[in-house]
Amino acid sequence: MSKPDRPATESRRGFVNWLLGTSAGAFVVSAFYPVARFVVPPLEAESATSSVTLPFGPAEIGTNQGKSFRFGNRPGLLVRTPSGELRAFSAECTHLSCTVQYRTDESRIWCACHNGFFDLTGTNVQGPPPRPLETYDVNVRGDQIVVGLKA
Amino acid sequence: MNRNMTLAAVVAVGLVLCIAPGLFAQDSSDMCIECHRALDSEPLSRQVEQFEVDIHAAAGFGCVDCHGGDASIAGPGGMDPALGFLGAPGGEEIIAVCGRCHSDAEFMRQFNPSLRVDQEAEYWTSRHGQRLAAAGDTAVATCADCHAPHGIRPASDPKSTVYPPNVASTCGRCHDDSARMGTYDIPVDQNEKYARSVHHEALVEGGDISAPTCNDCHGNHGAAPPGISWVGNVCGQCHAVMADQYEQSRHAQTFVEMGMPGCATCHSNHEILEAGDSLLGLGDGAVCAACHTEGDPGGSAAMAMRAGIDSLTVEIDEATAVLHEAEQAGMEVSAAQADMKDSNSALVMGRAAMHSFSPDAVTEALAPGREIAGASLEKGQSALQDLRVRRMGLIASVAIILVLILALVLKIRQIGSGPADSPGRA
Amino acid sequence: MENHESRLSAIWNWLDQRIGLAPAISLARKKEVPVHKHSIWYYMGGMTLFLYLVQIGTGILLLIYYRPSAEEAYESVQFLMTDVKFGWLVRSIHHWAANLMIFMAFVHLVSVLFMKAYRPPRELTWFSGVILLALALAFGFTGYLLPWNELAFFATRVGTEIVGVFPFVGDFALKIARGGTDVTGATLTRFYGVHVAILPAIGFFFLGLHLLLVQKLGMSVPPSIENSGSPKRAMKFVPDFFLRDAIGWLVAVALLVTLAAFLPAHLGVKADPFAAAPAGIKPEWYFMFMFHQLKLLPAHILGIEGELVGVMAFALGGVFLFLVPFLDRNAARGKPSPLFTWIGIAILAYILIMTWLGYTADPMG
Repeated sequence: MSKPDRPATESRRGFVNWLLGTSAGAFVVSAFYPVARFVVPPLEAESATSSVTLPFGPAEIGTNQGKSFRFGNRPGLLVRTPSGELRAFSAECTHLSCTVQYRTDESRIWCACHNGFFDLTGTNVQGPPPRPLETYDVNVRGDQIVVGLKA
Repeated sequence: MNRNMTLAAVVAVGLVLCIAPGLFAQDSSDMCIECHRALDSEPLSRQVEQFEVDIHAAAGFGCVDCHGGDASIAGPGGMDPALGFLGAPGGEEIIAVCGRCHSDAEFMRQFNPSLRVDQEAEYWTSRHGQRLAAAGDTAVATCADCHAPHGIRPASDPKSTVYPPNVASTCGRCHDDSARMGTYDIPVDQNEKYARSVHHEALVEGGDISAPTCNDCHGNHGAAPPGISWVGNVCGQCHAVMADQYEQSRHAQTFVEMGMPGCATCHSNHEILEAGDSLLGLGDGAVCAACHTEGDPGGSAAMAMRAGIDSLTVEIDEATAVLHEAEQAGMEVSAAQADMKDSNSALVMGRAAMHSFSPDAVTEALAPGREIAGASLEKGQSALQDLRVRRMGLIASVAIILVLILALVLKIRQIGSGPADSPGRA
Repeated sequence: MENHESRLSAIWNWLDQRIGLAPAISLARKKEVPVHKHSIWYYMGGMTLFLYLVQIGTGILLLIYYRPSAEEAYESVQFLMTDVKFGWLVRSIHHWAANLMIFMAFVHLVSVLFMKAYRPPRELTWFSGVILLALALAFGFTGYLLPWNELAFFATRVGTEIVGVFPFVGDFALKIARGGTDVTGATLTRFYGVHVAILPAIGFFFLGLHLLLVQKLGMSVPPSIENSGSPKRAMKFVPDFFLRDAIGWLVAVALLVTLAAFLPAHLGVKADPFAAAPAGIKPEWYFMFMFHQLKLLPAHILGIEGELVGVMAFALGGVFLFLVPFLDRNAARGKPSPLFTWIGIAILAYILIMTWLGYTADPMG
């Protein structure tokens, strides 16, 4: 500080202060941008792999009807049996992993690829499927349906 | 000569032992078992052991129910033909012995009401039965050749000779034997071929008991080669979609006219390998090339169908690889991955639709799959793009930090009160 | 411009009148840091403090999405890592800053030990520092379990097992540590509470004490420098030392984001209490020397359970480290104390060798 103030030093000081201020500002912005984005909740509701809350309620599926849903990155099939019971299965056919669907006319689960049929317990009863469908647990909590892996 | 004498001696000793009263089972009513057990000679004693696990023994039947004679008489006296003793039945006798109960619905209902009673009737319609009846050929298979006499187990028992995974070797006992088959001019390579087939793999390695073995196509008691015109019905039992489409196609009629065996024309009969895409088209391993060439409409249809299936396969592989890469990098792509399952469904449907031999039907079946695969690929690529943005963000923020550090260094220099020229501690 | 400055000074005056800013400023101006060839070690404490602040910041952010239950913990972390924007960054920085903080705390402790900075009147600074290190290790141990993955689950099972070896109180202490007889969802909520509430509360108290003492007593100068009578220079804490500190912190931030981008914290497989323990269960690196030592001990030493002997030895070692200011009489009187330097070197060498052996040993052994 004891050095004599020359114009060159003066402008140098100004530059350093400018650089310090600007870069510190940029740093603060770059630190707070991720934090701000982090705090904003993501659009999709939380998805867990061991259980999933279906995007539709028990009232939206009538008797003798099937509705597909997403279980993590795999397709699932919810069926309300003619007797009114809700059952959930993996919708992946055990033959070649085609997506199966519910056949209202047959009251059975059907794979369109090779005409395989599964009964309402998921057992393979006709056609090429070698194994029963994987079954999931279904719980109804109020107007929510929660499907989970078998404990 | 020497062996016969030994056998005779053994039998003699056995008889003496049997006749000596009270030496063995005092309260046994079945002298057959007592004597034969004591015989130190195969196969006479082994049959007794085997019979212990026989389903008939479990149901309370004994030797005399098939062989006749009187089990209460010790010694050769019980084996008097006058008492109905048959010895070892052969040929038509076997069919009659088994059929006596197994064709009698009233009788069988007491033991197993769900068991069919038409085996004997079916047998007479089989190639085996016809040869036996018409030509008196006793070399053909009868009940006892497949059902392991004295050790008969139900087909559901894994130790049974007719348990599905064991059926091929049971049939192979005769059909693998070139000396035996030579007289009929029948090839002996079926079992060897079957062992390489996708059905054998599913049955034996995959443990899928419903996968077909010999009897599922040829019938069991009514065994006969399937006719050329209805081989499709055999395969169509399980492969219904393909069979339907084939039925409606122009090949169905043409193949019959040409005397070609339907499904087996392309897929062979015993050596049915996993049907890959390479079967279709005109390239290496393509079965269409046997009749079609590049110039004819059939050839170009085959090439078009193959091209469609190949495109979707490549598109699916590409999208799957990109999604996998994105997933490994910690990006969320589970929705796109779930969609990809439908794309795979379309590919499988397209492969099935190929049996209509119509390129339009294949294109239509594949269309949704191609759409989904395209959309998924885009999603995967945009996820990877996000990842690159992430790395760019890192570079940018590190650059900002470096500039800030530089500014601080300059500031420190400028303040100039570093250690070098600072005044001593107060 | 004029107007702007006068408004600032008005705000300043307003605040100064109410909370007394002037004394704080003069205190900061007065604070000086001695300059000599070992000055570099003065930066270690500040670095540890900075990383602790990073932990608080990222930890608070993680709390927004984390759910402390066995059913949801793993899934919520997975959700955070994949769906939440920059979730991967926040969690990875929390992970890496934790490791770096404990490393810096070790370096700080070792440098203080070798520079004999624990001499009177700084015994309390040392005590609070050792307690802070223990708290940092407890932070690490409890935080490790929170993602509820397989590796953490079994490492926690092994780690808490140690509590149970103590005679008489072992079973009870184990039950307290685990919230039951085994590691379960109850352990998870317990560890969560300890990690985010109990440890921070205790930590702030000791950190405050530690910083207050450092402020009150000033920086210690090593005896070797003091005795050699070398020129006693100093630099002002504000701005000279502080700006240099800031450079170190920025380097740390750059290192953290780079580590986070290229080596993000893994999540692994969800813990399954009924599954068999996977091969290669390892604690965090800072527990490795103890973990490996306990593995090497024979089943029984002089008729006492080997593990108990080992745990007692480590406990005694901790007590010894804590009491160093009282034990090192020579240093306290300003005399050279090579004995404690050598003890320090021996402990350091032991920890380094055991850690190295722990990472290279055959996992089946």
